[in-house]
Amino acid sequence: MDKFYHSVRLDEELCMGCINCIKRCPTQAIRVRNGKAQINSKFCIDCGECIRVCPHHAKHATYDKLEAMKQYEYTVALPPPSLYSQFNNLDDVNIVLNALLMMGFDDVFEVSAAAELVSEATREYLSENPDKLPAISTACPSVVRLIRVRFPNLIPNLLPLIPPVEVAAILAARKAMEKTGLERDKIGIIFISPCPSKVTYVKSPLGTEHSEVDKVFAIKDLYPQLLPCMKAVGDDPPEIGTSGKIGVSWGRSGGEASGLFTEDYLAADGIENVIRVLEDMEDQKFTNLKFVELSACNGGCVGGVLTVENPYVAEVKLKRLRKYMPVARNHMHAEAEELVKWTKAVQYEPVFNLGETMMESFARLNQVERLLKKLPGLDCGSCGAPTCKALAEDIVRGEAVESDCVYFLRDNVHKLSEEVSRLAAGIVEGDRDSYEKFKVMTKYIERISDEMTQLDRKEGRKRNDGKRID
Amino acid sequence: MTDMITFHYRISPDDFTRAGEASSDVKSKLKKMGVTPEAVRKVAIAMYEGEINMVIHAHGGEITVNITPDRIEMILADVGPGIPDIGLAMQAGYSTAPDAVRSLGFGAGMGLPNMKKYSDEMEIDTVIGKGTTICMVVYI
Ligand code: SF4
Ligand code: SF4
Repeated sequence: MDKFYHSVRLDEELCMGCINCIKRCPTQAIRVRNGKAQINSKFCIDCGECIRVCPHHAKHATYDKLEAMKQYEYTVALPPPSLYSQFNNLDDVNIVLNALLMMGFDDVFEVSAAAELVSEATREYLSENPDKLPAISTACPSVVRLIRVRFPNLIPNLLPLIPPVEVAAILAARKAMEKTGLERDKIGIIFISPCPSKVTYVKSPLGTEHSEVDKVFAIKDLYPQLLPCMKAVGDDPPEIGTSGKIGVSWGRSGGEASGLFTEDYLAADGIENVIRVLEDMEDQKFTNLKFVELSACNGGCVGGVLTVENPYVAEVKLKRLRKYMPVARNHMHAEAEELVKWTKAVQYEPVFNLGETMMESFARLNQVERLLKKLPGLDCGSCGAPTCKALAEDIVRGEAVESDCVYFLRDNVHKLSEEVSRLAAGIVEGDRDSYEKFKVMTKYIERISDEMTQLDRKEGRKRNDGKRID
Repeated sequence: MTDMITFHYRISPDDFTRAGEASSDVKSKLKKMGVTPEAVRKVAIAMYEGEINMVIHAHGGEITVNITPDRIEMILADVGPGIPDIGLAMQAGYSTAPDAVRSLGFGAGMGLPNMKKYSDEMEIDTVIGKGTTICMVVYI
C-alpha cells in the first residue's frame, strides 16, 4: 500500500473552487487549480478538516458500505468508545452492543476493552523509559502522520504501542477463529470508525506492517440502523460489555491520559492546538512532562468527522455513561503483552523540503525570499494557494507561475496599457513608422484582453463563491 | 547562485506573546531546506532562548541570521544594560529576571547555558550600559 494513501477525497463535480478548504488545511496540502481543489497526498494527514469546512460537500471520506458484511461467513464488530457517546440517555453500553448483534454482526469486541490493555502497557512504558519522556500518544493516526512529516525531532518520543483498535482487531480475529474453526479470510473484523484518519490507518498503518481490520464502516452510516435495534433491545439487555471507565474514557480528549495515574501529562485537542503543542515541545518549552495526548479533533474522537453528535454534547454523554462503570475490567496477559508493541519504526518523511538536495533547497529558499518581496503579501488565496509564501514555494517547485497572482496580472495590465498610450501618442497619420507602431499596439491590446480574461475568471470565481460560472 | 541567505528580525521589548516568532520562522525555513533535524533543533532552542533573553533583559533588539550551505550563524544584538558578570550568567540556574517575568514562567536561568549548550560556537561581546552582541553558530 502506498505510504501516502489517503481516505479523504475530492468530488470534482461538487467542487466550486471557493478556496474555503485551502485556508483551513493545517498542512497547506490543498491548492485550487483550474477552478478545482487538489490535495497533495504527501502533505495530507487525513485529519478531515477540509471535509468539515467545505460548504459544498465536495470533500468526503472513503470507507466501506454496510453491504460489505455479506462477504464474510462470520463478522465481528469493533465499536469504539466514541460510538457510545452518540446516543441520548444511554446508561448501559450493553444496549449498543446487543443492537450490533441484532443488526447482523455475529460478535462484538469492544475497542475500549483493548484500550485498557494499552493503558496498562503505557504505564509500564512510562516507568521503564524515563529517558524517552514525554511519550506522545500514538492513538490518533493524524497526529502520528503529522509528526512523521513535520516534527522529525519528536519521532523518538512517539509511544511505540499499537493503537487500541488494532489490539482489538488482533484479539477479536484470534477469538473468532478459535470459536468458529473458520479460516481467517472467512471472518470479517469490522471497525466502526469516527474518522477518515482511522480508515487510512487500516489501509496503511504506521508502527505495524498491516492491519487486522478487514473493513471500516462510518459511525454516521451505522447510526440510523442502530437506533431501531437499540429500541428493540430494550432496557435490560444481556451483559456482554467487558470494559470499564478507563477504556471508555479513551473516546474523549484527556481520557487516555486519565488512565495513566499521573498528573504530569498534557492533553490537547483540535489540530491547530496540536501543532502549537508540537512546536513548543520541539523547542523544549515543557519540562517534567511524562505523557502528551494529542487528538486531531476537537474534544478527541467524540469530535471525529464521521460522527453525528456535537462533540461537546457527546463528551457529556460519555461522562454520564462512565459513572456506572467499574474502573477497569481488562488486565494485561502474556498474549497481549507481546502484541501491543510496534513492530515497525516510524520514519521521517521530509515532504516539505523545497528541493531534492540541500544545495537545491538552499537555492530555492533564496528564490522564495526574492519572490516574497515581489508578491503583495495579502494572502488573499485568489491564486489557489493559501498564502503568498505557499505560492512562492509552488513557483520555485515549478508547480505554479507568477501570473497566478492576480496582482501580478493587474500590474501587467497597467504596464501594457501605459505602453499602448505611449505608442498611440507617437502615431502620426501617413508616417511610415506608425504602421509598425500600430501593429505592436494591436499585439499589446490583445495581451491586455487575454490577461483581463484571466483576471475576470479569478475574480469571478471569488465573487460567485458557490455558483458555477464555467 | 548566492551562497548566503540573510534574515533580519526585530525583537520588540516586553512582548512575550510574540517572543519566539523569529526562531520559529527560522526553524520552518531550515526544515524546508532539508537541514538535519538535529541541527534544526539546536538552532531552534538556542535562538529561542536568545530571543526570550532579549525580551526580558535587553528591551528588544535585532537578530540577524546568516545561512550558508554549511553553517547557520545567529547574531543577536541589543542596546540593553549589558551583562556584568558573564561567568555568573553562564551558570545554570542563575537568573536576574525580574519577579514579574519569573511569574510568567520565564527567567529560570537557563538562557545563556542553553544557548551555549545548543550552539557549536558562541561569542559574547558585552559593554555595560551599551549593549550585548551574541554570535552563535551551528554547523550543518
Ligand atoms: S468547494 Fe471550496 S471548500 Fe469545497 S473542496 Fe472545492 S475549493 Fe475546497
Ligand atoms: S482525534 Fe480521534 S476521531 Fe479525530 S482524527 Fe484522531 S483518531 Fe480520528
